[in-house]
Amino acid sequence: MIAENAILTAIVVPLLGALLIALGGRFGPNIREAVTAITSISLIFVVWGMLPALIAGERPAVEVSQVLPGLSIAFKVEPLGMLFAALASGLWLINSIYSVGYMRGNKEKNQTRFYTCFALALSATMGVAFAGNLFTLFLFYELLTLSTYPLVSHKGDEATVKSARIYLGVLLSTSIGLFLPAIIWTYTAAGTGDFVSGGILAGKLSDTSVGLLLGLFVFGIGKAAVMPVHKWLPAAMVAPTPVSALLHAVAVVKAGVFAITKIIVYIFGVDFLFDSPNSGWLLYVAAFTIITASVVALRQTNIKRLLAYSTIAQLSYVVMAAAILKPLAEVGAAIHMVAHAFGKITLFFAAGAIYVAAKKTEVHQLRGIGRRMPWTMTAFTIGALSMIGVPPTAGFVSKWYILAGAFEANNLVAVFTIIASTVLNAAYFLPLIYMAWFEKEQEGAKEHGEAPFMAVFALCVTALLTLAFFLFNGPVIELESQVVKGLN
Amino acid sequence: MKLLELLGYFNYWVFAIVLMVGLYAVISKANLIKKLIGLSIFQSAVFLMYITMDKVEGGTAPIIQKGVENQIFSNPLPQVLILTAIVVGVSTLALGLAMVVRIKESYGTIEENEILDAD
Amino acid sequence: MDLIAHLPALQVVIPMLSAPLMVLLQPRGLAWAGATVVALVSFAMAATLAIGVLNGLTPQYFMGGWPAPFGIALSVDAFSAVLLLIVTGASAGALLAAKPSVDQQVEEERQPLFYAAWMLAMAGLIGIVVAADAFNIFVFMEISSLASYILIAGGPDRRALPAVFKYLTMGTIGATFYLIGVGLIYMMTGTLNIEDMQNRIGDVTDINPILVAAGFITIGLALKAAVFPLHVWVPNAYTHAPHMVTVFLAACATKVSLYVLIKFDYLVFQSRLVDHDMQFALFLMPMAILGILIASAVAMFEGHLKRLLASSSIAQIGYILLCASFISTLGLSASVVHLFNHALAKGGLFLAVACLAYHYRDLRLDQLGGASTKMPWTCATVVICGLSLIGIPGTAGFISKWLLISASLQIGPWGWFLVAIILLSSLMAVAYVWRIIEALYFKAPVEGVGPQSEAPIQLLAVTMLVAALNLYFGFFPQVPLELATEAAGMLLEGAQ
Repeated sequence: MIAENAILTAIVVPLLGALLIALGGRFGPNIREAVTAITSISLIFVVWGMLPALIAGERPAVEVSQVLPGLSIAFKVEPLGMLFAALASGLWLINSIYSVGYMRGNKEKNQTRFYTCFALALSATMGVAFAGNLFTLFLFYELLTLSTYPLVSHKGDEATVKSARIYLGVLLSTSIGLFLPAIIWTYTAAGTGDFVSGGILAGKLSDTSVGLLLGLFVFGIGKAAVMPVHKWLPAAMVAPTPVSALLHAVAVVKAGVFAITKIIVYIFGVDFLFDSPNSGWLLYVAAFTIITASVVALRQTNIKRLLAYSTIAQLSYVVMAAAILKPLAEVGAAIHMVAHAFGKITLFFAAGAIYVAAKKTEVHQLRGIGRRMPWTMTAFTIGALSMIGVPPTAGFVSKWYILAGAFEANNLVAVFTIIASTVLNAAYFLPLIYMAWFEKEQEGAKEHGEAPFMAVFALCVTALLTLAFFLFNGPVIELESQVVKGLN
Repeated sequence: MKLLELLGYFNYWVFAIVLMVGLYAVISKANLIKKLIGLSIFQSAVFLMYITMDKVEGGTAPIIQKGVENQIFSNPLPQVLILTAIVVGVSTLALGLAMVVRIKESYGTIEENEILDAD
Repeated sequence: MDLIAHLPALQVVIPMLSAPLMVLLQPRGLAWAGATVVALVSFAMAATLAIGVLNGLTPQYFMGGWPAPFGIALSVDAFSAVLLLIVTGASAGALLAAKPSVDQQVEEERQPLFYAAWMLAMAGLIGIVVAADAFNIFVFMEISSLASYILIAGGPDRRALPAVFKYLTMGTIGATFYLIGVGLIYMMTGTLNIEDMQNRIGDVTDINPILVAAGFITIGLALKAAVFPLHVWVPNAYTHAPHMVTVFLAACATKVSLYVLIKFDYLVFQSRLVDHDMQFALFLMPMAILGILIASAVAMFEGHLKRLLASSSIAQIGYILLCASFISTLGLSASVVHLFNHALAKGGLFLAVACLAYHYRDLRLDQLGGASTKMPWTCATVVICGLSLIGIPGTAGFISKWLLISASLQIGPWGWFLVAIILLSSLMAVAYVWRIIEALYFKAPVEGVGPQSEAPIQLLAVTMLVAALNLYFGFFPQVPLELATEAAGMLLEGAQ
């Protein structure tokens, strides 16, 4: 019973926090940010408090209301969702600390709206993570889109509004145009949309339909940014950096790949999909996205855009790992969500810190910046190494599992893609790191030091987490192995 | 025989023709008063149809008279309906004319194309 | 014999008799108060009737004690209960909020007349819904139309006058077509009572007049219901009417005609005419599809806020008609639920428009800059109702969209084509709703224009209530859904 209440609490706490932040904004920034911190800490307690029960094998579930016959708002905790929720709630705290430094350092307007929407987005993220059926997932997925829209359009000038329009347009139109019919189709075919171990669609659809439905889901979940529905991600780079971090590491894109993984595992069923001849294309699409996005990233001159394309590639790692349809690869998909989150949030924090301290946004401006901002650039280096997959970073662990899964399935395409993209990742991150540490700064450059303490502190924490995950990943892997228990 | 049969529907022919005349006026005339006249003609056609169908051969007005028995009456119901419909038609016409007056007051014209140009 | 048996009659009689009383209520504000009380009482009666229907009653009232089919019967079933709720709810909501806006738009000495016309319009619309007699429907239709012409022309905008004139001619043609159809049916069956027609129409040997009647009635009502392409009167009439009148009429006027169209067709024609269901579907479906696509596209490029919403209404009518043309239980339930949900969404949006119009003279989108800072609550309601119009989950609009798509999927491979159209138009809805939102939130204020404060609290409170209802019925749609399912069952029972 306690666990059941905890699910709802996890959704209500940030919601309540949003309300209090909105009210607290009237009493000055300190109160408001204190409320944010308290909310995120309480959320961590609530979410992480569910872990013991889950590891013990419990699957707490709760149904809130029956909207239409057979269509209900219901929540269920399972390892994948738990991992996502634990990750998001933990990173929210770090992100909040960073936000304080960034937003104050940058003297942004409308900060109350910023923190309020942030809390709302977290509430939606919790809903996505704990959703017990497709309808609930869809409900919170859309809420997440809508609550992040004010964050992306935060600046409010014309260019921002235009980019935010692309962000919203792509996400809403894919979700309404493809995701929704896929959901309704699933409900019509299977009579239910509950997430059940082993899937619910086995034997309910013809081979052609399986391929089509999978396509509707994959491209309908625009947040996963599988090409060609990736356009919103670079567009959303106009947002303040903490928002980019939220989009890339904590909530939005993670919600996308999480939803795809969850649908493959609990709606289609891994075995059913593996035996279906028409589901193989997903792997190729994901592989194509990885390679193409990496090549595009090579040519970017803006730091944040480079990171955006790197994210697109990394997301497709997760999709590809899920599409290998082997237990080890599914575990790899889950772990890669975590590994990428730690690495990418570090990179974004660093990019934001550079912007706050030096107002630099372009790659070539980074010459010699390592000496002025040693902490930031050390963290950046760790993050970049994790993206490439060099030990001892988190990225190495997940790549290991994905590769193992690929070999298990004898999937040479996946193996080749991983190798090729590792080379490409190295090709765009290593010169940047070299430039920052070993090249000479331009003459007459502005004097500057590190970013505000709060920001630097946050990015050091995430960098440490990236390293720590390499060593202490046992519990996570054990938890996620529960997902694929009983699969061959 | 064929011709006679067609002629037998004389009233209905008139109904259809009057209906179309009215509709044509509503559509083609730009003058709002003429449009309203067309509308009235259009409605009157329907009255004709109702009255035609209530006629019973040899029937008289449906009024019960003392001492007269086995009288054949025309069907009174359509007549009642048409009385109501006439009232409705008159009110519509009155309201339409009132609108035309107000249009004239604020636009200074009752020609449709000139009104469209004015805004 | 308890009270509920008299409610169908009282529902019409009370607003109708109150209309002349309004004229007597001369002192400032009294006419408004009187009209609001009457509307609230009507709403309470409609709610009682709806509860009665949900409990299995079918309230009927025979005027003067003459039983049907000889006398005039008034009856309420699940379908009409939904419509009653919409009509009285829209009227009560709009009137509750109306005072500040009407005070601004209608001169004080003409207000009693304005509210009298409002009562007549409401009485007429209610009459159409409860009447069980085809000719009474015509009479009530004309009462409501005449009264709404007056309401639309009651504002300060002179462009309303030609708009009303157009509405008047088209409305009269529509009503006359309907009258011709009823006459032809009467000619062949000798009855005006709809239930009786249903029983007798099977005995008619010469089917041609009935077919002609079906044509006349369908076209006539489609004209009044603003079914594409017979909708040309709608945009101007809605745009230039006083704002509160737009709220009232947009929420229910065309829907009531749609109700008659669906009811007549299912109960009278489809039950007895061979293949009529196919003719009905094949005739209306293309009109519905074209209406959905074209009207949504027009809304995407419309620069005036009220006209944009009016165009969207035409598209939404297309949805309702599209579901009705599936001739399935799910399709009809979707249709009826969407009647209800669209009234909520569009009513809320037009209420918010009235709030904005309290401060903005010009409602073109490029004039609305800066609204979000001065009128945050109004803008929030626009967002919520707009999301409901798009059909985002968690709002009432999503429920109808879900049913709509499920119903389309039921009809086989063709259904996918329809699903594609529905989704395409949803995307267009995203586009036009977002144009409004961007105008409110991101456009720089035009100099010298714009509000200093929120809309009056009375107006704002009702608007927010309606927005809240949009959310409530997104999570708890049981009541409208149950009524809709029952209505669908009743209509299809007649058709078999």
